[in-house]
Amino acid sequence: MKICEILAVLNARLLTPDADLEVDVHAACGSDMMSDVLAYVKDQGVLLTGLNNPQVVRTADMMDMVCIVFVRGKMPGEAILELAAARDIAVLTTDQTMFSACGLLYEKGLRGGTSHV
Amino acid sequence: MSEAITLRYTVPGDDFTRAGEASADVKRNLKRMGVDREAVRKAAIALYEGEINLAIHAGGGEITVTLTPDTIVMLLEDHGPGIPDISLAMSEGWSTAPDEVRSLGFGAGMGLPNMKKYSDRFDIQSTVGVGTTIRMEVDLA
Repeated sequence: MKICEILAVLNARLLTPDADLEVDVHAACGSDMMSDVLAYVKDQGVLLTGLNNPQVVRTADMMDMVCIVFVRGKMPGEAILELAAARDIAVLTTDQTMFSACGLLYEKGLRGGTSHV
Repeated sequence: MSEAITLRYTVPGDDFTRAGEASADVKRNLKRMGVDREAVRKAAIALYEGEINLAIHAGGGEITVTLTPDTIVMLLEDHGPGIPDISLAMSEGWSTAPDEVRSLGFGAGMGLPNMKKYSDRFDIQSTVGVGTTIRMEVDLA
């Protein structure tokens, strides 16, 4: 699924205007606990989260993720967006809840991927 | 590459938002040097968890990363409170992190277990009131 499709499915807003929306992602994960993302995630290109701080971007960067979706209408600050843009990570925000956002993407074919080292 | 390359960082203990800067820099440098992608990923995650721990628990510390022809060696040293029971601290889900840290997405008791999980060799030495030293090694493919 391309990032532009995620944008459409979640009726989301793009917060990093220079992001490449044609990048293809094959799996996603949803979590507010970055420790769990670091522990259990592998090869997921998208992180859905309600957590709103710079460690979200740093975690995504460590995991080679290409897209962060802030759920529940969370709006990251300028410093977070700059950090993401510098790492070529697309940042989206959607009013959907975590459960609904994950469900909508799953319905369209995005899966959870593998979850081990 | 015939000689070892060393990178050194000081992790501040008073600014959690900056925790991760050193790990990101290490990752960037290792990738630029053409180090195996999977080894870089493992080392970066292990180091990031360690850096978070330095900021949360130890009041900051020092990171030294050495790249040899076949291994990434990461040394984390602090002069924090030390760990009274290392085997307990190594068990998944056990944490002494305050609620404030949990609200930032960490402190779930996965830090040390993650560091061990992503390392090919892991050693931790700690003395209460003196500090903690962790050595992690990731082999290059």
